[in-house]
Amino acid sequence: MRLIVENLACRRSGRRIFSGLSFSLGPGEGLMVTGRNGAGKSSLLTMLSGRLKPDAGTIRAEGIGEANLPECLHVVGHRDGLKSSLTAAENLEFARDLLGNPAASPKAALEAMGLPHVARLPVGYLSAGQRRRVALARLLVCRRPLWLLDEPTAALDLASQGVLAELMGRHRAEGGLVVAATHQTLGLEDARELRIGAAVPEATPEAASEAEDWL
Amino acid sequence: MIRAFSALLARDLKLAARVGGSGALSLVFFLMIVVLVPFALGPDMNLLSRIGPAILWLSAVLATLIGLDRLFQSDEEDGSLDLMTGAAVPLELVVLAKVLASWLTTGLPLALASPLFGLLVALSPKAMGATALTLALGTPALAFIGAVGAALTATIRRGGLILAIIVLPLMVPTLIFGVSAAEAALGGTVPFTTPLTVLAALSLIAAVVGTLAAAAALRWSE
Repeated sequence: MRLIVENLACRRSGRRIFSGLSFSLGPGEGLMVTGRNGAGKSSLLTMLSGRLKPDAGTIRAEGIGEANLPECLHVVGHRDGLKSSLTAAENLEFARDLLGNPAASPKAALEAMGLPHVARLPVGYLSAGQRRRVALARLLVCRRPLWLLDEPTAALDLASQGVLAELMGRHRAEGGLVVAATHQTLGLEDARELRIGAAVPEATPEAASEAEDWL
Repeated sequence: MIRAFSALLARDLKLAARVGGSGALSLVFFLMIVVLVPFALGPDMNLLSRIGPAILWLSAVLATLIGLDRLFQSDEEDGSLDLMTGAAVPLELVVLAKVLASWLTTGLPLALASPLFGLLVALSPKAMGATALTLALGTPALAFIGAVGAALTATIRRGGLILAIIVLPLMVPTLIFGVSAAEAALGGTVPFTTPLTVLAALSLIAAVVGTLAAAAALRWSE
């Protein structure tokens, strides 16, 4: 598939975060989204995943047939989408059935992330890094061409960062796309970098009052 | 599509049964209110059996609100909703599966347990049966109306109170026809089936409108 973003602008709570963002991504390519805290990296990923309406501009995907873009992507972000009272295996089985297009079994995916022993443990008992690895295992249980990773290395130890880099490499070798908001180059050395500038100080008094009305 | 739907349904039923789920809570709350009323009114059996169906229905409406604020909020907070947006099924089906699961864990047990609780308000066997039937037909409407409010308040912290204020007025028609159907069964000028069919119609309308409205609210939560 091919992801094309043109002239994208983002507005949150009445404040313009960024505007005029354009890029396109073909099979096997990776994009590293960098920028300071609050520059809009997570907002960009949320927009790509279809959970936030762009203020202006378009997001298109080519070569995905009848499916729409949210059905072709995986999201792993700060909110890991895991239920604390379900076991790791149950969480992954649910994701597999919900997202469709199954690939690896939950057991195999957990093994690939180096967590075969937690399959039957409720996720609530796991550490932050282990939870993140269970969330990353979701990338393996269903096959989807676009991976949106929001600071995927947060809370990961060095060994797991290596595993993640290897996974991203293999995914891209198979023609997949990776968009990662990250401060580390791990595994995406040859990827392009999209630097989102500092927040534009465009908060006019009118926009600010609009934001207050909403609150 | 059926696979995703049943996966959602099974997950929500499992979550309700695990620690922290609100599975049996609303039933206990229902029991509490029904128990409190005779204490407040005194031991007047005739009065109790006359207002019994109304008490059961009012308790059912209030019990529906228990745990309703977590219906979508818990999934919004931990990111499961992001997962569901990208599911292989439309968001409407996601809503339908979640509301169905919530009805199976709150509304249906409530209707099944109502004959037992009817004993506390001195209902005749006939009134018990009629109330249970109206609750079984009417609680889906309460669940779907509640889902709209839950979807609207999914991103608001401590949205439980706002939720109650939004949905309680919308539940009034269901309450009116539920109670009047239960009372029509005990005699009166209106035949039993007239308010009962209206109640069933209300449930069907709520199922369609509620599903679409809740999905729309979730889709553009920002």
